[in-house]
Amino acid sequence: MRDCPPPPPSDVALRARGLTLAHELTIVCQGLDLDIPAGRITVILGPNGCGKSTLLRGLARLLAPQAGHVVLDGKALHRYGARELASRLSLLPQEPQAPDGIRVEELVARARYPHQTFWRPWRAADDDAVRQALAQTGLTALAGRPVHTLSGGQRQRVWLAFALAQNTSVMLLDEPTTYLDIAHQLDVLDLCRRLNRQLGKTLVMVLHDLNQASRYADHIVALRDGKVEACGPPAEVITPERVRRLFGIRCVVMADPVSGTPLVVPVSSAAGD
Amino acid sequence: MQGAVYSISWRQPGAARVALAGLALVALAMVLAIAALGVGSGGLSLGRMFDIVSGGPPAAPGEQLILGFRLPRVLTGLFVGAALGVSGAVFQSLSRNPLGSPDLVGFTTGAASGALLHIILYGPSVVGAAAGAAIGGLLTAVTVWLLAYRRGGMSARRLVLVGIGVGAMLHAVNGLLLVKGDLDNALLANLWLSGSLNARTWTHAWLAIGAIAVCVPPVCASARRLALLEMGDDLASQLGMPVARVRLTMFFCAVMLASLATGAAGPIAFVALAAPQLARRLQGGAGPSIIGSAAMGACLVIGADLLGQRQLWQLNLPIGKLTGLLGGLYLIWLLPRRGAR
Repeated sequence: MRDCPPPPPSDVALRARGLTLAHELTIVCQGLDLDIPAGRITVILGPNGCGKSTLLRGLARLLAPQAGHVVLDGKALHRYGARELASRLSLLPQEPQAPDGIRVEELVARARYPHQTFWRPWRAADDDAVRQALAQTGLTALAGRPVHTLSGGQRQRVWLAFALAQNTSVMLLDEPTTYLDIAHQLDVLDLCRRLNRQLGKTLVMVLHDLNQASRYADHIVALRDGKVEACGPPAEVITPERVRRLFGIRCVVMADPVSGTPLVVPVSSAAGD
Repeated sequence: MQGAVYSISWRQPGAARVALAGLALVALAMVLAIAALGVGSGGLSLGRMFDIVSGGPPAAPGEQLILGFRLPRVLTGLFVGAALGVSGAVFQSLSRNPLGSPDLVGFTTGAASGALLHIILYGPSVVGAAAGAAIGGLLTAVTVWLLAYRRGGMSARRLVLVGIGVGAMLHAVNGLLLVKGDLDNALLANLWLSGSLNARTWTHAWLAIGAIAVCVPPVCASARRLALLEMGDDLASQLGMPVARVRLTMFFCAVMLASLATGAAGPIAFVALAAPQLARRLQGGAGPSIIGSAAMGACLVIGADLLGQRQLWQLNLPIGKLTGLLGGLYLIWLLPRRGAR
């Protein structure tokens, strides 16, 4: 049940209306309405299997919707050419695979594909984009190293550099912090915040950790069973009642002593009371 | 176009090595080809070859005869090797697996079935066998594709597994075809199955050259996209690459290359498997190397032919068996070293 009014069109980067998405013959999202605010960090939360990854893939046009539509910057998604869309919106999937033996700078350079044509395979602008992406992710010193020799946290930074080099205004990240230890998770999240604050990128992330979501998100979208259960700033969405409805756990929500955002402290996993 | 090429301000140490090693392989293939033309009692010396080509005293009738035999043989070997090398490179890239090669996933076996059927039914005919091979290879590929396809797309692993299964069945079918046919044709067919460069005529050579001329340019043009595909369908798709279309066209080109190569020289084992890997080890670089694989494949086939002609231990080894021996050794060497994958 949604209880947030849609913001004015100019403030919306991505807008979905009545979106119905299927994954391998099963309907995952049904009649979903969603607004992603421009220039903000949006985090999508929800229990496993509620359709978060499918939603991201639908927003990135990797899936054709069964019904409904998505609008990016005021234009319907299906009207964009492939390369045009790829230079406005990027998706970093879960667990991307780096080819054997590839070096960091080679991998990041491949992200320039949407900006290149057959006759102009490489230009100075591509050089600059790769260089800047490596600098922003702190990977300049590691540029010549093979990706498989890096640690998990460094590898995730390489993939963020990849998404950065693609140079899109909207970046969708599917679970960018899963499988990382806490230091690297914070590293990645701080980097994402910097990309948003300094470069004005619109970020949409799927996260599992409620407290990280509270701390880093400007806007939270809570999904349950393929529908938007709630959306809004963390202070409004992260309440004990909402958490119980979404995840079936009982909890206490207090103010985070460091950031002041809602801090979820689980009490028990008893569902339904 | 192989892997990535960078502008001057971002000079990659890797790009230079890829280009140089590729050129070296092409040069090696030429050297081996010239050696193959000159080797043996009836061969031409390098000096004579140079004279003939540069307009010196024209070739004597005896020398013309040698050229008439050897030149088509060497050219067939070169281009068949190149076709197999490129086909292997494309398959390994599409299947994201160093073992994904047209001879392991049944396509060359299917091409052989097609050619065998033609030989047994209609007798030996170069063009006929080649046509049979092309149709056989293509039908096998379509069958494997359809069997491996599930709603939602093609999985690289399923492609390899289904291909191995289909290949095993066709291998048995080939054996049956030999038993069923007329004895003379069956003997010819068995000989053909060993893969050979003996008695290759200009028809064979043109077939191999034609396959390269038609199928390799589209592959070269899409080499960058093949490299992107290796990173995963979703990642490549969100970069604006038409994943399904590229996969289908590359698959088709690789199948035609392998099938026509098999039509021209019979099944030659392991070149498609080993050439891309060996080329990559020499060149470095992270994407599929089309020119390098082609050159390495040509080197392997001509090299094996030279070796076979030496008649070690008085054995006249057909080239298909020789590459099988060498390829088996290579696999034993490769497997323990790929632990880091």
